[in-house]
Amino acid sequence: MLDSRDQHLLECIQLGLPVCSRPYAEIGKQCEMSETEVIARLGSLKQQGLIKRMGVIVKHQQLGYRANAMVVWDIPDGQVAPLGGHISRFPFVTLCYQRPRQAEWPYNLYCMIHGKDRAVVLMQLEQLNQACGLANFDRQVLFSRRCFKQRGAIYRRDATDSPHG
Amino acid sequence: MDDIDRKIINILQTGFPICDSPYRQLAAELHIGETELLDRLKKLLDNGTLTRFGPLYNAERLGGALTLAAVKAPAECFDDIAGIINSFPEVAHNYARNHELNIWFVIATETPGQVEQTIQAIARQTGLSVYNMPKIKEYFVNLVFKA
Repeated sequence: MLDSRDQHLLECIQLGLPVCSRPYAEIGKQCEMSETEVIARLGSLKQQGLIKRMGVIVKHQQLGYRANAMVVWDIPDGQVAPLGGHISRFPFVTLCYQRPRQAEWPYNLYCMIHGKDRAVVLMQLEQLNQACGLANFDRQVLFSRRCFKQRGAIYRRDATDSPHG
Repeated sequence: MDDIDRKIINILQTGFPICDSPYRQLAAELHIGETELLDRLKKLLDNGTLTRFGPLYNAERLGGALTLAAVKAPAECFDDIAGIINSFPEVAHNYARNHELNIWFVIATETPGQVEQTIQAIARQTGLSVYNMPKIKEYFVNLVFKA
């Protein structure tokens, strides 16, 4: 688990890596660690899966991905795992989750499809239906009309002080 | 944005090296100089093509909690309801969608208990029932928006 130096490092790095020749040395200055320690700790956090990956967050709208649909299916419980595994392998599927059914909302498998426009997204959905044999399951396609808010997860120290609290 | 910018965006979405000169390593893979890579990255960040450059946390493994929630907002007070939901700092993403369940949002909190508290507070302030759909299982997706 995290020790206090890891926590301090995560706080320092959460707004982003400096764009300069030795970014980890720069982060080290902010949290009073050597470059070597920063690299070792980040490597270990990544290996433990606490950091999923280092990299960029893109504004996908800016790259021309203007349409996104949340597609939900009502799948018999026993078939969710193989179908989820199959769906998630398509490159246009950007998220795939099993979620609990609700009253008047029987859907239990969710995926997000991003595309340049709605026609492309619907074509990609058709491709999924064919390839995964989904056509006979009840489904809903919810296109986004407006994005009100989009931010990344923010790390705060108190988040880890009482993980079970 | 030209082809080199596109290559930069694509390669960065697959990961960033953790070593003493990570940009130099990437620049070599892209067959450009380190200075050129740094300049191009600064521009992509300045013009908003890239929003953040750094670690993607596993919020749940770090003790936090997430859920997907939705409400059925009546058309006549849709904007007010959206405004109330946006005002919660715990709401990380919020989208209008074309369905009777027309506002969908992600709640991200520091502890699991706060998810339930936030849902109750949103239900109270909007007067709507809030559908709560936490994940049961995540299927791994290789999330890359090809530039």
